[in-house]
This record gives sequence, structure tokens and C-alpha cells, in this order.
Amino acid sequence: MTRALGASLLVVLAALAVFTWGTDGWSAFTGETARRERVLRHPRPLPAAVLEDQDGRPFELSDYRGRSLAVEFIYTRCPSVCRSLGTAFRQIRDAVAPQRLERDFALLSISFDAEHDDVPALAAWAAAHGADGRHWRVARVRDPARLAPLLDAFGVVVIADGLGGYEHNAAIHLLDRDGRLARIDDIEAPRSFLARAGLQQ
Amino acid sequence: MNAAAARRGAAAWPAALLWLALAAPPLRGALEASMSTHMLLQMPLLAASGFAAVRALAPPRRARALELAGGCVPPVLAAMLAASYWMLPRALDAALADGAAELAKFVTLPLLVGAPLALAWERLGAVGRGFVWTNLASMLAVTGWLYLAAPVRLCNAYLASGQHEAGAWMVRLAAAILLGWLAGLLVGTPAQRGEAPAGAGAAPTGCAPARRRSPRSPAGTPRAPSGIRATRPDSRA
Repeated sequence: MTRALGASLLVVLAALAVFTWGTDGWSAFTGETARRERVLRHPRPLPAAVLEDQDGRPFELSDYRGRSLAVEFIYTRCPSVCRSLGTAFRQIRDAVAPQRLERDFALLSISFDAEHDDVPALAAWAAAHGADGRHWRVARVRDPARLAPLLDAFGVVVIADGLGGYEHNAAIHLLDRDGRLARIDDIEAPRSFLARAGLQQ
Repeated sequence: MNAAAARRGAAAWPAALLWLALAAPPLRGALEASMSTHMLLQMPLLAASGFAAVRALAPPRRARALELAGGCVPPVLAAMLAASYWMLPRALDAALADGAAELAKFVTLPLLVGAPLALAWERLGAVGRGFVWTNLASMLAVTGWLYLAAPVRLCNAYLASGQHEAGAWMVRLAAAILLGWLAGLLVGTPAQRGEAPAGAGAAPTGCAPARRRSPRSPAGTPRAPSGIRATRPDSRA
């Protein structure tokens, strides 16, 4: 009886410990929540990669050092979720004071569809969503081999939906002035992103 | 199964073969491609490999292990808690993204779910088995309902449609388990009902009383005390 009680207690305590550890203290039950909390605790440096924007101009993420940068991942043929992504970025762009867009904040939409998204496809998407190529650029990774490490560093998982499209953990990623991934917010809530990032007018 | 085989336990190789087949890349990839087969086929089969491995142990060894474990309650608790951990969407994602988590899944499901259940199962009474079945059904129903009702994808590695499909299967499975358990209660044999046979000896805590077996009788000639059969009550299973 004593052994049964002791062993049961041991089992329950061990399970409590494992669940507490495995959910970051009962807060992160999904991989996505865990990703967001990890980044918040430890801002993450990102690998170097040459990007190419809708006008064919090459640049790097590190070019944005000294400014904060909102990053989203898209593919231009996306019918649903990316449309709301595009809307969220437009709302953010329109809500941020013009002088801040000039000085210390920019937006960047990166395509993960290396196969279909060439420069003309990016340009068409940019025109449709109102990305001006200055404050808000639409880009792709120039060397497709560099795409996977970049997505990995962001924690973005892209899976084919079997219908020629993709599903991915869409979100608004904020890079701080040192170029580190510092916070990740819901794509559905651009307003709270603006408030948390201190960008509201 | 004859008496000698019952004393020896089942063969060990099917359990090892099952585990190896599940770990081999072709089957592993195929079963992990969808959330339904990952959760409802691969994981239960991993647990089954642990269950079968323990059934391959000789009954006296199993009895000793059960005594060491403190009776039936701690192993059943361990199995339920370990199984519920692998129902978390985060654990599922981690198993796919992280080799260490995948290894942990392949080790803990047989060792912490299947094996302890096998240790306790034949000694569990109606209440114990009822607890296992209803607990499993409720875990499946709640998780399945969550996967069905969640407005967002809970696993980054699986499509929204796959999540809904898995949720629906879990709810169906929960209903089937409950119905099967109830049917077993109403029309099953005493063993299916988990009732302890007559002539019971002392039982470890939480276990149903069961008959004692005479230790180390020569092969083929079980020296069972009169009135007690030498086979296990559920040796048909």
C-alpha cells in the first residue's frame, strides 16, 4: 500500500514536471505559441541571404539595421490567408506615421515560392496590395538554396496543400534595430502589433 | 495457448519487428504524413509494441515487476499521463521537427504507455479496466473535439483539413471505445468484464485478486493446485 502510494505520487510528480517543462510552464501547448514565446525571451539573429525586390533590386536583411522591420511570408498565388496578410500589412503601413516610415520602420513581404514567384509576379502582387517598393517591399530569396535556412531561422513551416498551394504559420514578424527576430504577432491583429511595437501614432 | 506457452509468455520477436517496422523510414514517413495516421495508427502501434514486449516476459517476471511498481495503480497512471502528453499539438509538431523529440516518442510510447499497461492489464478488475477505457475515450473525445473546433491550425506541420479529419476520427474512436466497453460489460465473458476468478490469492494494491501460480513447475506438467486452471484467465486474448 505504501509502495503503491509512493509510486503513484512519483508518477504524478514526474508527469507534472514533464508537462510543465514541455509546455513552458503550462503556457505553450502548440508549436506556434512556443515559437513566439521563445523569440520574445531570446531575440534571434537571422542568417544572411540576398533578397531581390519587386523591381529586381538586390538587398539584404542587414540593410535594415538601425530600423525596425515588419516581415511576413507570402506566395503570390495564395488565394486566402495571404490576402489577409496583405491587408494587415497595408493597415500597418497606413497606421504608422509617415515620418517614422521615412526614418525607422519598414515593411517587407518575402515569398517562399521560389518556383513561381519571379520578379514580375512580385511586382504584380505589390501593385495589387499597394506595396510601394520603398516603405514596403515585396521580395524573394535570390538563391533558392538560402530559402530553407531563412525559413528555419524564422520558424516558418510551409506545407503543400495538395491543391498546388501552401499552408504556413502566417504571422507578423518584427525585426529589431539589431536585425534580430524580436517578436511575432497574429496576422489577424495588426492593431495589437502596432501597439506592442510602439508604432501607433 | 497451451500451459507451457502461457508460462513462458508470448514470443518476443513480433514486438521487436513491429517497433523496427514503425521506425524504418518508409512506414515512419507514410504514417507521419497525415495527422490522423500519426496519432491514431503510429502512436497506438508504438504503444502496442511495448505491450507485446511485456507480454513476452514470463508471467513470474511480470508479477515481480508489477509488485516492484507498487501494484496496478502506478503503471496505469503512468500510461495515461504519458499518452496524454503525446496528444498535445506541440508534442506532435516537435516529433516532426526535432529528432530528439521523435526519439523520445519512439521510446516513451512503448516503454511508458504500452509496457505498464501490459503489466497491469491482466490483473485489473472491472473497475480498473473501466477506468482505462473511459479515460482513454474521454481523452480522445476532448482532444478530438478541440482539433475539430479550433479556428486555427494547432500543428504547424499539418494542414487545417488534416487537423479536422484527425479530430473527427478521434471523436469516432472515442464513441467506439465507449460502446465496445459497454457492450463488453453487458454481454461479455467474466474475463472481458475483468472480473476476478474465484479462488483468488492476495492481490497487489489496486489489482483484482488473482489466482497464484505454482512457481517453476517442470515444463509441460504444471503443478496447479487442485481446482485452479494453469492458464491465464485471458489467455485467449
